[in-house]
Amino acid sequence: MSSTKLLMTFPVSATSHTLVEYRERGGYATLEKVLRQMTPTQVNDEITASGIQGRGGAAFPMGRKWGVIHLNDGQPHYLCANADEGEPGTFKDRWILENAPHLLVESMVIAAYALQVRNAFVYMRGEFDLPYRRLAASVDEAYEAGYLGERILGTDVSCDLVIYRGAGSYVCGEASALLTSIEGRKPYPRNRPPRLTVRGLYQRPTVVNNVETLANIVGILRDGAKAFREHGTAKNPGTRLISVSGHVNKPGVYEIEIGYPWRRFIDEDCGGMLHGRALKCVIPGGLSTKVLTAADIATLTLDNESVEAAGSSMGSGGMIVVAEGTCMVRMLQVMLRFYHHESCGQCTPCREGMGWMHRIIDRIVAGDGRPEDLDQMARIARMNDGTTICGMGDAAGYATVGILAKYRDEFDYWIEHKRSRHDGNLECRRSS
Amino acid sequence: MKHLVAEFDAIRARFPSGFDSSLVVPFLRRIQEDRGYVADSDIDALVDYLRVPRIQIEEVLSYYTQFRRKPIGRWHVQACRNVSCSLLGADRIVDHLTQKLRIRPGETTSDGRFTLSTVECLASCGTAPVVMINETCHECVTPQKLDALLEALT
Repeated sequence: MSSTKLLMTFPVSATSHTLVEYRERGGYATLEKVLRQMTPTQVNDEITASGIQGRGGAAFPMGRKWGVIHLNDGQPHYLCANADEGEPGTFKDRWILENAPHLLVESMVIAAYALQVRNAFVYMRGEFDLPYRRLAASVDEAYEAGYLGERILGTDVSCDLVIYRGAGSYVCGEASALLTSIEGRKPYPRNRPPRLTVRGLYQRPTVVNNVETLANIVGILRDGAKAFREHGTAKNPGTRLISVSGHVNKPGVYEIEIGYPWRRFIDEDCGGMLHGRALKCVIPGGLSTKVLTAADIATLTLDNESVEAAGSSMGSGGMIVVAEGTCMVRMLQVMLRFYHHESCGQCTPCREGMGWMHRIIDRIVAGDGRPEDLDQMARIARMNDGTTICGMGDAAGYATVGILAKYRDEFDYWIEHKRSRHDGNLECRRSS
Repeated sequence: MKHLVAEFDAIRARFPSGFDSSLVVPFLRRIQEDRGYVADSDIDALVDYLRVPRIQIEEVLSYYTQFRRKPIGRWHVQACRNVSCSLLGADRIVDHLTQKLRIRPGETTSDGRFTLSTVECLASCGTAPVVMINETCHECVTPQKLDALLEALT
């Protein structure tokens, strides 16, 4: 069992999310220390020194993102926590929102101080119910206790925090779409440049960070960047929350030290494969990351460099584990239906390409597949590569190409025999 | 919408001033919570209250999947069928709901009690398969569990 814990440091109970218990665990002491003893620049320096990379999927160094904000430039800055958590397979931020909401609030007030932000937001997906109720209650508690609002803890620092609930849209997890959504318009992603840290919400410098990335701030400032770097790898320090779903005995959210052995994680931490079935493949970090086979991951460790060297990505930490006997054709059908449904329609390659690929895979599954269909799908997927404003087109393309490349035989089989090699199974049943 | 104005004023206070269009989504959500859907009269009232162009409200309403322009059943049953839930039997769950309620996804029972929808990823993949009934997320559902749940609803 991976032993280092930076976020899941306490036993979860029915009351462990409350302000009272958060304070008993030392909560808000770091905020007090930062506001009284550190300058915003010192906080920025500490974050940069920690080397923490974004946990939302792109692994961009938080310090470099923050570094673009010019302090004292006379304009308002905004901060937004990305709690959209829409990438299928990902539910780690839900853990923080439900169980450690004050950790996010405290971290965000520190970030707001460091970035000179008066108005901060948490953009939360519309389907979240308990996470919303927990965070909303925490925000109210924090206002009441003087950790939010005017003159926080008697200093001249003020900050308001709004929870902004989405209304059902995958694309809103993309930072610029998220900000456009907050502006009250149809959430089309924006072209860069300008970067959001130059022109973001309401055309002002804006930092958008993932919930888990932000939640690390308290620990980094309490124990120092040096202590943080003692965990994980040199290039990719700290821990990660991995949300595991699919064919394992103990799905759930796990905190691992970055660099933890992958097979050991599945076989020991996650209780091994469901019904003792063999591992077929893993989608490492959310649906949009390239599939890796059991052989691919046999000796890999869970850190960005290793997973990228194997041709995929740690992404959002949403790991989907798939057992032998699962039909990859049906799985790709589910994926393409999803991407088709969620394409916002702004860019032609994604809007048309997702629907096109979805129609082809539906035809294959219906038994009307043609031999040229697979090359056609690969071609459409490649057409999305780098031709769309946001990363959704590319990501959907990579995911498709990844499955087609590694499991082409299953697609050929279905086209030739008009049926699945694996009886169309997605579910892992005990008997077979 | 009129009876919600006091509540809207309070929400407005925590937002940065001068950007009232940011209030469109939160207010539409609240209106839908109250009425069950967004009516034409709500849009008229919101145009008056926020002074944003009507087209902007229509645009937002038509884009997001959660907004409704028509009433639905008293209980909105939403079954996830993305990958993680599919790997643990979402197909069987959707089939079961279709047979049990005798409606297809997107339809409402004739007595107005249930509307069935299929949805994409509710971010609870570790407890798949999941079904949301109104605001509540039900985890690790089975046909038996669903039967018990549905029978308890009036």
